[in-house]
Amino acid sequence: MDKQIALERKVLSENDRIAADVRAQLQDRGIVALNLVSSPGSGKTSLLERTLAALNDELRIGLVAGDVQTENDADRLLKAGGKMVRPIVTNGACHLDAKMIARVLPDFNLDNLDLLFIENVGNLVCPSSFDLGEDMKVVLISTTEGDDKPLKYPSMFRRSSMMIVNKLDLLGTSDFKLGRVTENARQINHDLQIFELSCRTGDGLEAWFDWVRETVAEKRGVLA
Amino acid sequence: MHELSIANTILTTVLSEVERQNLPPVTAVGLRLGAMSDIVPDSLTFNFDVIKADTPLAGAELEIEVVPLHAACLACKHEFPVEDLVFACPACESGSIRVEQGQEIDITHLSVEDEA
Repeated sequence: MDKQIALERKVLSENDRIAADVRAQLQDRGIVALNLVSSPGSGKTSLLERTLAALNDELRIGLVAGDVQTENDADRLLKAGGKMVRPIVTNGACHLDAKMIARVLPDFNLDNLDLLFIENVGNLVCPSSFDLGEDMKVVLISTTEGDDKPLKYPSMFRRSSMMIVNKLDLLGTSDFKLGRVTENARQINHDLQIFELSCRTGDGLEAWFDWVRETVAEKRGVLA
Repeated sequence: MHELSIANTILTTVLSEVERQNLPPVTAVGLRLGAMSDIVPDSLTFNFDVIKADTPLAGAELEIEVVPLHAACLACKHEFPVEDLVFACPACESGSIRVEQGQEIDITHLSVEDEA
């Protein structure tokens, strides 16, 4: 007969422990950290390029660009004016984990940072399980994708606090309906904050910039 | 998709527990997987069986219990199963709910050979 030994252990407890440590380092300094997740090609890098162009002079922005291969996204962010950009090449891994963030964190001067964007690997499944120490996950979806994606990937939309619908300029060129994606997303997560914008035309971006400004100011205020 | 890295973490966790408690050979590892854990049980088992070879856990099987999604309403305190991906309270229709169960990836127990 075999003997059973109780062992209650979260498999991701080590990741969660490191994420908590990252979070504490960021919280202590009042840094807002946003974990950007989406399918490949939804516009995470484009959104960050636009955000840098608009806010680089008023906010101190750090960027972590995760990719399975190449540092192309990090290069784009440097070209867009990013002063503190660190690439993470996962070499095949489908998500970033907290250990990868903890490893690049010392490369940033945290005392000289307002905002940290973490661009996750393009993937709507795996990154949802891995806490990186962020304030919130921001999920992007573009109008060239299916508007039922919130239902297909409920875990990601459930664990995100914000949904950004990108490529508003292409609305009408496919069967994607804004009303439907909103309805589907709210069915999964009633509290999801939603922005609709186009990184190409700039439509709707101002509201996003304002939100970023306010969120940074709010966090600074709490610290002061 | 990240079942391999989860399998790897399970292997490492159990191996260090075996060493720490000086346990006899492990025959099974009990797991609790949430229905919305984004882990496919078959894929996890496949990956675990590949990497356990040539380790002290070569004789260990995964015993996976899948637990359904369960939530509590923050408005009226009603507790309910989440069905058909409707994340809202069936009693008061509030969408302010907390998922209480169904996202876990937990090790629950080990079965070891009884030496007695």
